[in-house]
Amino acid sequence: MKSAIINARIIDTKNNIDETGGILINEKGLIESCGKKVTKDNIGDAKVYDCTNKLAIPGIVDGRVFAGEPGFEYKENYRTLSQAAISGGVTSVVTMPNTNPIIDNVSTFDFIKRRARDKSLIKIHSLASLTKNIEGNEITEFGLLKLNGAVGFTDGIKCVQKNDVMDKIFNYGKNQDALIVQFPQDNELSKNGVINESLIATKLGLKGIPDYAEHVIIERDLRLLSQYNSKYHISLLSSGKSLEIINEWKNKKLIFTTGVSINHLSLNENDIGEFKTFLKLSPPLRKEQDRINLIEGVKNGIIDIIVSDHKPEDEESKRLTFQKCATGASGIETFLSLALEQYHNGNLDLKTIIKCVTENPAKIFGINAGSLEKGMPADIAILDLNKPWVVKRENIQSKSKNTAIEDKKLQGKVEKTFLNGKLVFEI
Amino acid sequence: MALFKTKQAVKYEKKHLLGIQDLSIPEIVHILNESQSFVELNRKENKKLSLLKGKTQINLFFESSTRTLSSFELAGKRLGADVMNMNVSNSAIKKGETLIDTAMTLNAMHPDILVIRHGDSGAANLLSRKVNCSVINAGDGWREHPTQALLDAMTIKMKIGKIEGLKIAICGDIMHSRVARSNIYLLTMMGAEVRVIAPSTLMPKDVSQFGVKVYTNMEDGLKNVDIIMMLRMQLERMDGSYIPSTREYYEFFALDYKKIKHAKDNALIMHPGPMNRGIEIDATLADDINRSIIVQQVEMGVAVRMACLKILMETQL
Repeated sequence: MKSAIINARIIDTKNNIDETGGILINEKGLIESCGKKVTKDNIGDAKVYDCTNKLAIPGIVDGRVFAGEPGFEYKENYRTLSQAAISGGVTSVVTMPNTNPIIDNVSTFDFIKRRARDKSLIKIHSLASLTKNIEGNEITEFGLLKLNGAVGFTDGIKCVQKNDVMDKIFNYGKNQDALIVQFPQDNELSKNGVINESLIATKLGLKGIPDYAEHVIIERDLRLLSQYNSKYHISLLSSGKSLEIINEWKNKKLIFTTGVSINHLSLNENDIGEFKTFLKLSPPLRKEQDRINLIEGVKNGIIDIIVSDHKPEDEESKRLTFQKCATGASGIETFLSLALEQYHNGNLDLKTIIKCVTENPAKIFGINAGSLEKGMPADIAILDLNKPWVVKRENIQSKSKNTAIEDKKLQGKVEKTFLNGKLVFEI
Repeated sequence: MALFKTKQAVKYEKKHLLGIQDLSIPEIVHILNESQSFVELNRKENKKLSLLKGKTQINLFFESSTRTLSSFELAGKRLGADVMNMNVSNSAIKKGETLIDTAMTLNAMHPDILVIRHGDSGAANLLSRKVNCSVINAGDGWREHPTQALLDAMTIKMKIGKIEGLKIAICGDIMHSRVARSNIYLLTMMGAEVRVIAPSTLMPKDVSQFGVKVYTNMEDGLKNVDIIMMLRMQLERMDGSYIPSTREYYEFFALDYKKIKHAKDNALIMHPGPMNRGIEIDATLADDINRSIIVQQVEMGVAVRMACLKILMETQL
């Protein structure tokens, strides 16, 4: 049976749609038509979802997620991840290879692909590692892994340090047309660091990570990239100054893409307060000026995608001193709502935000999602743009409750999520 | 007579003593005034009081310590408390128990006061949120060592009669030093002109924002100072090449008879101990009784810690 969403405000940035109308979904779960032409009068006997005053957008494509399988199922598994994701309107995720074992070979990749197929509701697109066991020495089988379905390659939480290895990665990566995703942080400059290097670090007595630990890697990588013109994406930016470097190279017509986590657009180092371990992130939260610059970067398109950087960590690994506790925050289900804060406070327009979490990540990772045109899978998020709500630990769907924004008041909430045309989540 | 005018003092009402950053000037004055009577007591033949009779004090030291641990132990015992030293090398921590688990275990034994030293910044704060009793921070990572700063202030006040207006230079490994941080907070609050002197690799980021003057050479930094506070080179906390060698460090940053000439003629030398003689301070200078008040610091340490214990127990009542 067909179904139809009607009377919604529809935004599809890829097709430049922002109008009141409907989305007709066929029996196969694909979009048949979309826009103002779809009304209650021309959808036949389709099951109707009247979404008056609601916003309908393509299902969110989250470009950086830690899924926990295999090895960290106690932190998150595909089932709990799916529940968390759909409650936040996320229908596709790009997962990191930082599992145990590391996803650095075809058989492990094949294993998680099957697990994901059997256990996951949402669409899992996995990255494999750039180097074997993310040690930064030997490159993985880009070609074979890509044939198996890897959408790209990254060492995830680690950055390839050796110039020679990175050079080979760009060189061979070009050969295989592989997407190279770098986490830009120099190991030595960030050694033992747990927080931004600043007055706050001095006050808390913690070892800082200077922002130039990010700059040196970006400068090196872009220099190497200019030799090969491979496919390159910088996974997470934390420093405002990084944007200057990126701009210089973009002005030289070098082609690459960049991402930022919603945490770095919403929080700064001051939020760490007195050792709040849930705000220990990697890269670290930096100064307010960095946050402002990053938002500016999203606004003017230097930053292409916004990600949740969803990194579930069990309570035990966060109940330690700041120095010793695990890094990262859970956040896939609050992702979109937190991003909308930048719309409500006037920093970003709605279409820019939506583009950065749907169209752009789908394009970068080559995922068949992120738009509402005819023939696309009907992955759709319906939200009340203005609905106020408060992030409560006890309402978190993810297996791990390490949210960086507990008790935060947000505006805008996903009320329905469709996946392949099926209603999978409803408030 | 009280050390400071009593109207400047205010009763301490906090449950814990975690850092100088949390204190106000009147609270500091109150603690120092209270310490004064214990200085006198400690010089008497009978040093025992029963103010803390029936109270249990646990000294939980995750880092090795001689003077701070013995100072706290003695302070507790002289006030009549039952004092237990927890030796961490024997504890379950080595078997993977977390700090919070240890805290919960100790908490179940109903101590009245926990004195903690830990290598991680913020450890005392974390502990204080998990236990019912009072917590004294005896040093956490690079962050704070409040009783050291209080005893240093006490030493200065007893020796010179004032803190306000003094020029005080803190020299050495500022970056890795909790003593430096606590002293910077306390001495600037009390109106001293505080200078920090270190090679720039050992200077923490943005430290000038604490209201101190920053120097990278001893000659300029020591000019006209009343007090020189030398810090221990925290060689064990360094994870990289901060200085080329102790030999080079000695030449440029150690306190010797040559460099001390830049300070006032009667300038006094302090050191939180333990000293690395021949690395940050000339061995003879350290023992110069006309200059060095290092021994007095140790004496004040016991008195100040007795005052801290007493005050925290009073707030529990």
